[in-house]
Amino acid sequence: MNYAQHRIASGVILVVAAWVCWISFTQQPAEAFLFPRIISVAFLALSVVTFIKAMLRQTKVGAGLSFEAMKNMLPGLAVAIIYIFWAAKTLGFYTSSTIVFFILLSLYDPSPNNELKTWIKRAVITAGFTAIMYALFAVLLNVFTPRGMFI
Amino acid sequence: MEFIYYFGEVFTPISMLLLIGGTIGGLILGATPGLSPTMAVALLIPFTFHLQPVHGLILLGAAYTSTVAGGAVSAILLKIPGAPANIATTLDGHTMAKNGEGARALQLSFISSLIGGVFGVFLLIFLTPVLAQWALAFGPSHLFWLAVLGVTVIGSLESSSVVKGLLSGCIGMWLATIGFDDMLGVQRFVFHNSVAGGVNIIPALIGLFAIPQVISMFAKGRFDTSVEQIKVQKHSVGKAFREVFGRFRALSIGTITGSIIGLIPGVGGQIAGLVAYDQSKKFSPEKAKFGTGHPEGVIAAESANNAMVGPSLVPLLTLSIPGSPTAAVLLGGLLIHGIFPGSDLFENHPQVAWPFINSMLIGQVLMCIFGIYIASFAARVAQVPQSVMAATVLGLAVFGSYAVQQSMGDVYVMAALGAGMYFLERFGFSAAPLVLGLILGPIAEGNFVEGSMIANATDGIFPYFFGGALNLFLIAIVVLSIGYSLMSELATKREARS
Repeated sequence: MNYAQHRIASGVILVVAAWVCWISFTQQPAEAFLFPRIISVAFLALSVVTFIKAMLRQTKVGAGLSFEAMKNMLPGLAVAIIYIFWAAKTLGFYTSSTIVFFILLSLYDPSPNNELKTWIKRAVITAGFTAIMYALFAVLLNVFTPRGMFI
Repeated sequence: MEFIYYFGEVFTPISMLLLIGGTIGGLILGATPGLSPTMAVALLIPFTFHLQPVHGLILLGAAYTSTVAGGAVSAILLKIPGAPANIATTLDGHTMAKNGEGARALQLSFISSLIGGVFGVFLLIFLTPVLAQWALAFGPSHLFWLAVLGVTVIGSLESSSVVKGLLSGCIGMWLATIGFDDMLGVQRFVFHNSVAGGVNIIPALIGLFAIPQVISMFAKGRFDTSVEQIKVQKHSVGKAFREVFGRFRALSIGTITGSIIGLIPGVGGQIAGLVAYDQSKKFSPEKAKFGTGHPEGVIAAESANNAMVGPSLVPLLTLSIPGSPTAAVLLGGLLIHGIFPGSDLFENHPQVAWPFINSMLIGQVLMCIFGIYIASFAARVAQVPQSVMAATVLGLAVFGSYAVQQSMGDVYVMAALGAGMYFLERFGFSAAPLVLGLILGPIAEGNFVEGSMIANATDGIFPYFFGGALNLFLIAIVVLSIGYSLMSELATKREARS
């Protein structure tokens, strides 16, 4: 499993390296791409070595990704992606952060879901988080965050 | 003795407030498993953006110092090292705590950290100006090779595989070329509007260090992470001080080992504690007691961890080569304030450099005082469930990345780099060389371009970059560091086979 995943990962890196190399050597003016050319050659050479080693199973493959880990991370990743790429701007930073924080707690907190105490605890922690973020960024640092529909 | 003139800046109300806040915050963050010192400093950088450079650096320095020491709290009381640097502390520290000597272990740990840390900062104070004077002789070709050296040393020492480490460094250097070319103003590799102005270093640092931790926490799913905390009995601080000095051998081995390891670019604190523990055990007449709750184990490991902090900044402040991943993040913190480390740092910015170093000296004392008195509280905070931790770090990463330039593009870059780094880490790649490539890339390119112009007007590129004793010396170190790491990797493989 790890070797197969490792080959895919090495292959993706090789494709990126080839793309970087191609852009570096085809774009103009050449002077602007002189340093990227040097880097891209090293990048491509090392990617080829990594890919060959992966194909020949002659490399440490790392821990890889188990099916269990993928299953566990999927809901959290989905929430994080929606938060970053849509909700933060559309709903406003503070509103979306509050909702996302509460959803993530509900998804990953091991406390029993059928107890009222659990939900009150999650709500209190979420409110505390939002209050701290607001105090830090809006009050202390004066950062104007996207407001969207709400705040 | 120039540093003495700048002590006044450390004792201004705002500096002291940041120093105390950074120390207490760092102790708590350091005690929290999963929050490494590097990640803690990376998450703090956006807050320094709105501060004066000297104040920002005081905050980051205090956090760096105390997160390393704070990791001992969870190592001793929960048997979970707060950071990889505290692994060796777990061996004897937790056994002492289980034997009802938790307070003693914590006090020994913080006092040893204080002594090691102060020694390390004094090395920083006395070695930095000397090296900085030496660095004045460096021209563009030497600075180019130094930047390459920084990436190759960390790339070959920090990763599980030399090729992957170097590849990570290349990816970082390529990321640094995205955006406008400084010389001609041409756009390079701009495949999305978010990177039109280049990859901003702070969102990149936050993404590369914080997001993989968040995804790792998600990957663990819903499970109870509560760990039983051992109760801390009272113990006399005076007795602990006498005991630390009474075990001078372990203290000196830890302090000297940590200082030497800190000076070597790229090695960092991860191994300082383990090497010092091992050496202390070898030289001890009570070898058998190590691992059974022997105070010397804690003293050696913790004095080494903090002794590494000061010297790890020597190559950073003089040659722009960070001594550890956290020092690399600190380099990012310096650059966003327009301060370029190097030979002229102490000439152009003494009002920033010296108070920063002095604050680390005072920070060591504060770390010891607060460490001893808030250790139990920090251990309780360290038991925060992973779900809360993941959601908090994600929120801080988004707000922190946005705050730098108030740009959603930075948030997208942070998220994309973080997610990419998580998957790369799963396949044996490391974030440290990538970050080094990203930070040192512009330095390498700038000096390469400048050097090329000089070379074209003189003897040509090859003699300029490959000629001269200093160039050859630096190239030799680059080759040696890669060669040594390749040999070590081959030897490990052979051992594994046999």
